Amino acid sequence: MDIPRHWRLQRQRYALVGEVCKKCGARLFPPRDVCPQCSQPAYEPFQFSGKGKVYSYSTLYQAPAGYEQFVPYTVALVQLDEGPLVTAQLTDVDQDEIQIGMPVEMVTRKLREEGEDGLIIYGYKFRKQPAEAA
Amino acid sequence: MKMRDVSIIGVGQTKVAEHWDRSLRHLAGEAILAAMKDAHIEPAAVDALYVGNMLSGLLNGQEHLGALIADFVGLRGIEALKVEAACGSGAAALRLGYAMVAGGIHDLVVVCGVEKMTDTVNAETTTGLAMAADADYESIHGVTFVGINALLMRRYMYEYGVKHEDFAPFTVNAHRNAASNPYAMFRERVTVEQFSRARMIADPINLLDSSGIGDGAAAVVLCPSTMAGEYRREGVVRIRASAMATDAVAVHDRPDPLWLSAAEASAFKAYQQAGVGPRDIDLFELHDAFTIMSALSLEAAGFAERGKGVRLAQAGEIAREGRIPICTMGGLKARGHPVGATGVYQVVEVALQLRGEAGPNQIPNARLGMAQNIGGSGATVITHILEAQD
Ligand SMILES: [Zn+2]
Repeated sequence: MDIPRHWRLQRQRYALVGEVCKKCGARLFPPRDVCPQCSQPAYEPFQFSGKGKVYSYSTLYQAPAGYEQFVPYTVALVQLDEGPLVTAQLTDVDQDEIQIGMPVEMVTRKLREEGEDGLIIYGYKFRKQPAEAA
Repeated sequence: MKMRDVSIIGVGQTKVAEHWDRSLRHLAGEAILAAMKDAHIEPAAVDALYVGNMLSGLLNGQEHLGALIADFVGLRGIEALKVEAACGSGAAALRLGYAMVAGGIHDLVVVCGVEKMTDTVNAETTTGLAMAADADYESIHGVTFVGINALLMRRYMYEYGVKHEDFAPFTVNAHRNAASNPYAMFRERVTVEQFSRARMIADPINLLDSSGIGDGAAAVVLCPSTMAGEYRREGVVRIRASAMATDAVAVHDRPDPLWLSAAEASAFKAYQQAGVGPRDIDLFELHDAFTIMSALSLEAAGFAERGKGVRLAQAGEIAREGRIPICTMGGLKARGHPVGATGVYQVVEVALQLRGEAGPNQIPNARLGMAQNIGGSGATVITHILEAQD
């Protein structure tokens, strides 16, 4: 039903493609076409490295429709190395290990399944960076 | 253009509850008819109806609330429409009503906030509330509305060295005040121990950090201040300020997530309109959807320094006897949070305080009260300052 809605976002979901403002250099994710810092048009694509640090996190025990099967799961605000904050789930990590400031990197995972008609949506989540990379 | 002063001449509200036996239109009708009776006006005198509501389309399968409710309450034919701004819908409808009267378009306007939330299962309601967030970049990751607030609360605790139990005074205060409000949903008191042991929903937010959603409706009747005396000799409340500001919908799009810049802008625009400052405000109905929002609101509106909102609560200054009483009838936490109705409940409660009709919860000599309604996690913020009119 909303396949086009998700298809449109594939470059963001699979590759963290945002934009860079040619005027002031701000790196923007999500892409938004107008730079919030200098109000100039910003259409130049920019691919983020996918590396960052946990800014904040929360483990959810009550899920919206379509996410019940994942409970409990941990969502986070991740501060990307290039600047922006991004909202995403943490994955492949022990609850006890998570802390603010923990280095993380982007991976692609299943975000949700759209019920019986079978649309499965993939996108970015973040996992702990291996120690040698951090 | 010279704007007219606007006054509130009637208020009405239903109890916030799980009203299994009542539909959205019945709830709205009860509040509107109560407000019209309180204002001593006949249906024929009403020029327009503005309905604040967030989720009727999703949860009740019903949009087009303006015409629906106008017809249902005997106002068929008048101008009527629904206003939506997430949990800020109620105050947004009031702001529209205020503008119509202030600008001279209408003389008598009824504003109603209504929400019917308990017909659906939990996951559906949770999905609905998440619609206040960014669908493509927040909600798709399974982050709920509670979860977004939990992200803010965790970071707040980290940056300012605050413990979870330090937030307890917000909940204890709200429940204490709701205990003597017959319209409140949760009328039992809560202790610090109960607060600390409550079931976790989105770590660190537990059940007693969170406002309770419910069904409810509240309404006010507006007219030009110069006409108010025709309807009411006493208990007229003047709207001294009405101000709105916005921020990025998604928390991750804000340069400083722990600062509610729209709450600050909205409050300070309102102070400027009224020619007052935070120290002149006698009571503050803030948007305590979660305890963290109380702390952030007190800071943004100038009642506490950055990072000190929790300390203000711990010092007892938010209680009825304190420097700046908040949630004097229970707040969102304990009166209950029928989301699109909340902004109107807040204003009804401030009006009752200024009329001296708040019963056991009366703030002595209250002259100036403020209500601040927030949509989403701070993206829409609408502030009204009300004053007792002699
Ligand atoms: Zn720029």
